[in-house]
Amino acid sequence: MAETAVTGQLKQEATTPAEHELFVNMGPQHPSTHGVLRLMLTVDGERVLSLKPDVGYLHRCFEKIAERRSVPMVVPYCDRTDYLAAITSEWAYVMAAEKLMGVEVPERAEYIRVIVGEMQRIASHLLWFGTFALDLGATTAFLYSFRERETLFDIFQKLTGARMLYNYLRVGGVRNDLYDGFVEDMQRYLKLLEEKLIEYNNLLTGNRIFETRTKGVGVISKEDALAYGASGPVLRGSGVPHDLRKADPYSVYDRFEFGIPVGEHGDVYSRFVVRVQEFYESIKIIRQALKDLPGGPWQGDVPRRMKLVGDVYTRVESPRGEVGVYLVGDGSDQPYRCHYRSPCFVHLQLLEPMGVGHLIADMVAIIGSIDIVMGEVDR
Amino acid sequence: MTELLWGAWQGWGFGQSSFNVVMGLIKGLLVCVFLAVNALFLVYMERKVSGYIQGRLGPMRVGPKGLLQTAADALKLVTKEDIIPSGADVAVFILAPLVFFAAATAIWVVIPFGPQDIVQDLNIGLIYISAVTGLSVLAILMAGWSSNNKWSLLGAMRSAAQLVSYEIPLVLSLVAIGMMAGSLRLGDIVAAQQSGVTSWFVFPQILGFIVFFTAGLAEINRAPFDLPEAESELVAGYNTEYSGFRWAVFFLAEYANLVAFSALAATFFFGGPTGPFLPPFVWFLIKTYFFIFVAMWIRWTLPRIRVDHLMNLGWYVLIPLALINLGWTGLYVVLWG
Repeated sequence: MAETAVTGQLKQEATTPAEHELFVNMGPQHPSTHGVLRLMLTVDGERVLSLKPDVGYLHRCFEKIAERRSVPMVVPYCDRTDYLAAITSEWAYVMAAEKLMGVEVPERAEYIRVIVGEMQRIASHLLWFGTFALDLGATTAFLYSFRERETLFDIFQKLTGARMLYNYLRVGGVRNDLYDGFVEDMQRYLKLLEEKLIEYNNLLTGNRIFETRTKGVGVISKEDALAYGASGPVLRGSGVPHDLRKADPYSVYDRFEFGIPVGEHGDVYSRFVVRVQEFYESIKIIRQALKDLPGGPWQGDVPRRMKLVGDVYTRVESPRGEVGVYLVGDGSDQPYRCHYRSPCFVHLQLLEPMGVGHLIADMVAIIGSIDIVMGEVDR
Repeated sequence: MTELLWGAWQGWGFGQSSFNVVMGLIKGLLVCVFLAVNALFLVYMERKVSGYIQGRLGPMRVGPKGLLQTAADALKLVTKEDIIPSGADVAVFILAPLVFFAAATAIWVVIPFGPQDIVQDLNIGLIYISAVTGLSVLAILMAGWSSNNKWSLLGAMRSAAQLVSYEIPLVLSLVAIGMMAGSLRLGDIVAAQQSGVTSWFVFPQILGFIVFFTAGLAEINRAPFDLPEAESELVAGYNTEYSGFRWAVFFLAEYANLVAFSALAATFFFGGPTGPFLPPFVWFLIKTYFFIFVAMWIRWTLPRIRVDHLMNLGWYVLIPLALINLGWTGLYVVLWG
């Protein structure tokens, strides 16, 4: 990795002796580190001089467990990596297994996957919106977005039986078909969400306090974002129109029309705007998918004993960025190796160039803006 | 009432000075009871107001409409284990909530509940208020330092910076009030606004009111200026290490501050306890609770401001505004006063 101006400066500072410096542990028990992230901060007053993220407090050996389970038994473990976007984690895994076995997925199943995938994006972004507002001290926005999230979870529950960890995608399709009245439920919900998004906008977007706290904070340039391997809204917030649904279309995403919202300045505010715009794009995709929803089976033909041979890397665009699964099979019915690429883990490196030189209050906004899920970082 | 007691006191054969001491104690006790009852109710009100703003109900389970929720909470806090962190400076740690509470109650000495009902109508009332409000920063610094916790210390430092910068516009807006009334006595300030809505100071002092309200919110650490205890940034700020009853004392004092601030806003700009038909005390409560509601409304709507922006707002916006207001008040008093 190329040495940026910021990291160069950091190295210089590390060698000079500290006089008015204070070492603070932000986390793993802290209200705004979104789980068990630990930041080792050196501060001068409230200004952050150096910063080191420490991870591993939520490590559950997902990758090792996957090696000792039969192929379909890994899916519920995928749920528990990125628990706020369970569908997309499952998706990356089942896609890898399907590719290795050459399983054909029926069209209806693909459409259902797109619909639940975008529903998941909305649910995840709603949570991000709420917690981000909460980090900035706007408590009410948090409760507003949770209200809509619960309504969406009601639909998820009717469809899959669970509210957060669905275990819904199957190798070769989905577990069950859409229930009667799903389309109407969804259309009603999308309408409601569109109304509520206006309300959210009124609460935050034009607010002076909110804008001064987010604009120009945590800037990451296009080049740095690419060099650090950022993806998802963080990368798009820096002005790179990269979205796997367009760049490397999987499933049936090439059949839908939607835009890629892109930010201008790469600051917290740009990432905020990108995510808010993605609500509308997801709504668009779901509407199109509901309209063109084909009939037919929702589960393809899969062998009873699934055996994996060879290796493959599949990736999907999760609400947080590129979620990838590298799956290796040795001919047995268990994966030989299952690597999970976590976008948040990559984004954690960005905290340092983003946060150094800012205040502790900004750190909170920056962590919120990269939408971190520790379950995914540690796996 | 006072005459009646004085008569009885003389009947028992005691003198004037001892009577003053006893009356002071009784009045102090009354104020404390008033504050405690207010705090109990305010906690409930805060939760209900926030509930309705956020599209939910708030407490509903304990008692009818959740009315006993605060009582249950208070009971819980009192029965909790008393924890003092092992590295703490014990004496200061114990003293800090008491100092904070003392500062919060001391303001009430000069606040008029009615045109005549003032605990002690000091002739330097305004100066007294600005002195006493500055006292709470001492308690916060004590709490932050003695907790031996970095987050507490950061919260205390923030608070010191914040209170010192906002003291200035606050005092400047009070000076304008003193000029308008021609007296530093709060009784006189109320008397000057007695003749109906048109005589309220808020109209000539609209600028002063804005400065007072903003600086006052910052002074009592209410959102959006609740930086010393910003829970998403500093865990809980200066009271991170406090729990149980000590924490409850901080909490109680904060609500006492809120009531005091609202009462002062009503007294200085909206005629205080004066009004038609209803008794003065009722008017006092109506006006005070209106400002309490506004403060809650602001808290549940706005995000938190950042430390450096807070300083900028104080020094670059509020102090110049307060000075302009001071000049305008001088002009007003000379021309129409």
